[in-house]
Amino acid sequence: MKHWLRAAGVLVFILALALAGCEKAPDKAAAPAAAGPKTGELKVGFVYTSPVGDAGYSWAHDQGRKAVEKMDGVKTSYVEAVKDGADAERVIENMARGGFDLVFATNFGFMDPTMKVAKDYPNVKFMHCSGFKSSENVSNYFGRIYQARYLTGITAGHMTKSNTIGYVAAFPIPEVIRGINAFTLGVRSVNPKAQVRVVWTKTWFDPALEKDAAVSLLDVGCDIIAQHQNSPGPQEAAQERGKYSIGYNSDMSSFAPKAHLTAAVWNWAPLYEATVKEVREGTWKGNRAIWWGMDKGAVDIAPFGPMVPKDVQDKVLAQKALLMKGEDKIFVGPIKDQGGQVKIAAGVKAEDKELLGMTWFVEGVVGSVQ
Amino acid sequence: MSPELVIALLAAAVQAGTPILFATLGEIISEKAGVLNLGVEGVMALSAFAAFITCHLTGSAWLGLLAGGMAGTLLCGLHSLVCQVFLGNQVVSGLALTLFGVGLATFLGTPYVGQSTEGFAKIALPLLSDLPVLGPIFFRHDVLVYLCYASPVAVWFLLNRTSLGLGLRAAGEMPAAAAAAGLKPQRLRAFGVMAGGFLCGLGGAYLSLAHTHLWTTGLSGGRGWVAVALVIFAFWRPGRAVIGAFLFGSVMAFQLRLQATGTNVPSSLLLMLPYALTVIVLVFSAARARRSGAPAALGVNIEPED
Repeated sequence: MKHWLRAAGVLVFILALALAGCEKAPDKAAAPAAAGPKTGELKVGFVYTSPVGDAGYSWAHDQGRKAVEKMDGVKTSYVEAVKDGADAERVIENMARGGFDLVFATNFGFMDPTMKVAKDYPNVKFMHCSGFKSSENVSNYFGRIYQARYLTGITAGHMTKSNTIGYVAAFPIPEVIRGINAFTLGVRSVNPKAQVRVVWTKTWFDPALEKDAAVSLLDVGCDIIAQHQNSPGPQEAAQERGKYSIGYNSDMSSFAPKAHLTAAVWNWAPLYEATVKEVREGTWKGNRAIWWGMDKGAVDIAPFGPMVPKDVQDKVLAQKALLMKGEDKIFVGPIKDQGGQVKIAAGVKAEDKELLGMTWFVEGVVGSVQ
Repeated sequence: MSPELVIALLAAAVQAGTPILFATLGEIISEKAGVLNLGVEGVMALSAFAAFITCHLTGSAWLGLLAGGMAGTLLCGLHSLVCQVFLGNQVVSGLALTLFGVGLATFLGTPYVGQSTEGFAKIALPLLSDLPVLGPIFFRHDVLVYLCYASPVAVWFLLNRTSLGLGLRAAGEMPAAAAAAGLKPQRLRAFGVMAGGFLCGLGGAYLSLAHTHLWTTGLSGGRGWVAVALVIFAFWRPGRAVIGAFLFGSVMAFQLRLQATGTNVPSSLLLMLPYALTVIVLVFSAARARRSGAPAALGVNIEPED
């Protein structure tokens, strides 16, 4: 019995080694194939941080991919649930080596892996979402989702009765802080007495914890729950308590039909189609920071729930019309921080650089910025 | 903090503590029988998926709960097989079980992420839920929380007041003596591991059927590890496990409410609190207890006589 076991163990060990060897081998053999110029069909790859089925962040990106797939002579594929770091590097390198012409890396944490792979594959074009690094063959892109958040903030400012709105937030990084600030500026543009309370969860997708965080906000008297996370957990909490909610990423009304006022949503199709067109026409360039707003259709708000009165809808849509025309006055001073100190002077519009590095809360936000 | 907020906090603590208490009790049974199972995290992850998918397909929350428990039993049966038949190292097998369970739940569950189930709804118990203070804290939850109230008593009764429990403890303290007394320690250990697995499975099922009604991967979120730590804190006693689980739940609920009321303490520190507390409590209880109650033959496999 024991001898048999030992023999089996050794066999498994040898097999494992052999398999590991197999995985390594094709690396060198396949590498030169990608170097030649591409003709005919354009291959476009997408790398997602979470599964596409989540009706959230990656789902929104995948809607954009589907639009690209419909273009003539374009073939797309994607890899979902990719972890930041080494895992991402492996996936992105596989795509570059596999003859893809254009790769969209859709998560902040894919930034350094993208830069690293891009250096080794100069003929492949890379688009990295939400980061700040670029090179000859890497451009970064994002959408001005804060514009949509501003509009949802106006909605919340009109709808709140307790003048206390809860915001379940993921990580204290500029992207999230900027969203909270734009939301709060929207709220207080119509309701200067209202405040926005923030709870950090340090998660992007943990329905149980994010729901608990929303419940804690409801417990302290918030009557609307907004969120910067990819799970509908907070929506569920608001509906269970008979309060209102504001979604993110996509229309989350199916998760909380009685609570969902509206949502800040992504619409990646126009940007993705334009990029693919550039690549095909040879006009694509690296070293760019592409930041599209509502005027170009990259972000929007979801249809209003039936509980939002017509006059509130009209007021929000009036502001939306301005943003659609490209009149973005959200971060125009005077804007004070939590301590009442003026951070953006009267009449001055904050530059994109300032928005991309935002690490302070505007007046009206209750909570720690860390 | 206002009294209403404190009540809401404690109610949230009960809810957060429930899955951890199930898992802690399961691990106590397993360890009392002499088998250390570090795979609780994996067991919870896989059973959360089994419960979700069963409820999702059949529409029955109770079948889902049963599936969660059975998934826990089967996975721990694997642990029992590795440790007892093949005499594998219990620590290594347990760690492998965590990787296996979490990995399999992610692999099988990825296509279903974001889908929801009916699961268990909240039921306010008549009369009891109208009690001042105690009502809103303890008696306005879902049925699994009520089940969880009964489980420490059941586990205590099993271990201390039945001959089966005596056999289990004998298998954990001194299997050779148990064998000499005509018991079958191998079988008792296998039973202990699998019965414990069933309870851990209920903890996992609670996460996907009651705590949230949405499926996602990574639902266990480290709760299995907390349960393993709480067994030591509890000195292997079901009663102390209750204190440990709800202490952890309260601190978790407290830090979220502290953030919600507005504080300038960095959230990283607050989010760390429940885990830091677990470590501190563990260190103190390990240092203070001379005779902690650890079964003498815990982690030691029974060598078969050739």
